[in-house]
Amino acid sequence: MRPVYMISGGITKFAKAHPQSDFRKMVADAFEYALADLPGLSRDAIDGSVCSYFSDHFTRQLMAGAMVQDYLGLDPKPSRRVEGGGATGGLCFQSAWESVASGRLNCCLAMGFETMGRVNTWKGNEFIALASDTNFDFPVGGFYSGYYAMMVQRHMHEFGTTVEQMAKVSIKNHANALYNPYAQRPGKLTIDEVRSALMVATPLTLLDICQMSEGAAVVVLASEEVAQRFGGTPVKVTGVGSGTDAMRMADRPHGKVILLPHETEEEYADLKYPGVHSFRGGRMAAKLAYEMAGIGNPGEELDFVELHDAYTSSEIQTCEDLGLCRYGEGGSYVDSGAPFLPNLDYGLSFSGSEQWPRLPVNPSGGLLACGHPVGATGLMQAVFAFWQLQGTIGKHLRDTTLQIPDARRGLIHSHAGTGTYITVSILERV
Amino acid sequence: MDKHYQLPETQDGTVLFNTDPIIQKYHYEIDYLHSYAQDSPFFVGLSQGKLLGSHCTSCGRRFATPRGICMECGGKTEWFELPREGRVHTFTTCHFGGEAFLKETPFTLILVEFDGVDTLFLSRLVGAEPEEVYIGMPVWARFIRNSKFKPTDVYFVPR
Ligand SMILES: [Zn+2]
Repeated sequence: MRPVYMISGGITKFAKAHPQSDFRKMVADAFEYALADLPGLSRDAIDGSVCSYFSDHFTRQLMAGAMVQDYLGLDPKPSRRVEGGGATGGLCFQSAWESVASGRLNCCLAMGFETMGRVNTWKGNEFIALASDTNFDFPVGGFYSGYYAMMVQRHMHEFGTTVEQMAKVSIKNHANALYNPYAQRPGKLTIDEVRSALMVATPLTLLDICQMSEGAAVVVLASEEVAQRFGGTPVKVTGVGSGTDAMRMADRPHGKVILLPHETEEEYADLKYPGVHSFRGGRMAAKLAYEMAGIGNPGEELDFVELHDAYTSSEIQTCEDLGLCRYGEGGSYVDSGAPFLPNLDYGLSFSGSEQWPRLPVNPSGGLLACGHPVGATGLMQAVFAFWQLQGTIGKHLRDTTLQIPDARRGLIHSHAGTGTYITVSILERV
Repeated sequence: MDKHYQLPETQDGTVLFNTDPIIQKYHYEIDYLHSYAQDSPFFVGLSQGKLLGSHCTSCGRRFATPRGICMECGGKTEWFELPREGRVHTFTTCHFGGEAFLKETPFTLILVEFDGVDTLFLSRLVGAEPEEVYIGMPVWARFIRNSKFKPTDVYFVPR
């Protein structure tokens, strides 16, 4: 394997619907942005692509990836599609990484989109629920918010996590997004507002859950030689990992915790794992990515995290999987203020616990506030991480509020199903 | 040859939602021949008032759902009958849902745990108000008489 660099990226505004653009045009807009952002980079330099979009139902078009390749003028270069539910974007990023790391391509475009606004929200929920077992789970009342609600009920039962702690995640991510013009639903919220929003599946309200979105994102990955040729401020991909778990949440085992280097078996002696409260696929992805990047204690060695917060509850669960805090501590971790940006006023008071170092989680606003056009989401995270590490947030968001000073190392995390496919990638300033 | 030929036109219009850009409404539906294949005995079981799980003949693990191959050791499994009584492992009441289930809201989903079984079973709980449901609540499987060969042929009620 050879080193791989991210040399440019672009995204479109995420919105409920973009009726003026079809999926090809959305990707083209993001691609144009990425080309314009690195002087000298042109489509000639791209020698292949990977396309990510989740659902053929949303596009009503098979081989949509081939149509994007065609529209961008990249034919007859190699291209393929990857798909893995909510993790499609993260898998696409890693697939493009593999193309460059293996030497097969020198410069690979990862391009993703989703067009979810073409059906009503409840039909959209049905399309998404088709990514649960259609023999056993979907017919019982297939609804992802219902599945995540059951998971967090168990998390609350095991660990004492509260709905107020979940509401604080919602407040954090929506407030961060006030400074991100790409975000779909920025807002200043209170715990009361989150809790009194429409109840969707107890205990998750409308403001605990991300929205249906349309949008596109692209990432350009390149070999060291290509990165040097174009100059600019490339960022190195230093770790990739991925993991899986049972499609049916009911089938998850109740066994032993997969340990990270800074954890011991004794601290989890009484924990039945993963059960339905944790994501062992996420833990596996993190473990592999940390091993490759040489990370021993993620809470101390990362400067920010962009993770897949389709639900406030899944952000809390994921902080534990990533080892930012121990299993069971996700709620207290939020209370401590550690994952909040230090320079924003969230209207919250924190517990004052200094058990965990400050580590902003979802400074962009995450899926909760940016939106979740599935195939684009994992690539959007890569683009925000890239801008953080370049120190160019001010240029791209036209506001420096979200720029983490001296950010050197970031983590992106993409997640599918009830934890069915999960990817973790580590990006570093060079 | 007829150089004046014109295609015959029909009266069925197009439902236009918008003119700039043009947005139109399509309807599509299909008949699909779906086979439960190797999982079929589970659905036959439901029609006979039985819940069938999978028992691994190599490592002895018991799964509360059909799994032809053991997820822990890769061994072959055989069918066994699950107990009719279990407990609520976790639950939620859905006030919204996918379009197909909107008319059934609010409905309560539960994962059921059974004594001596290593995994859970997803079902609906009826006969309890949302605020009456709790983790550990004893529940009992009941079967519809006119089997539809769907996982909703079984549901749970408070015991
Ligand atoms: Zn076995």
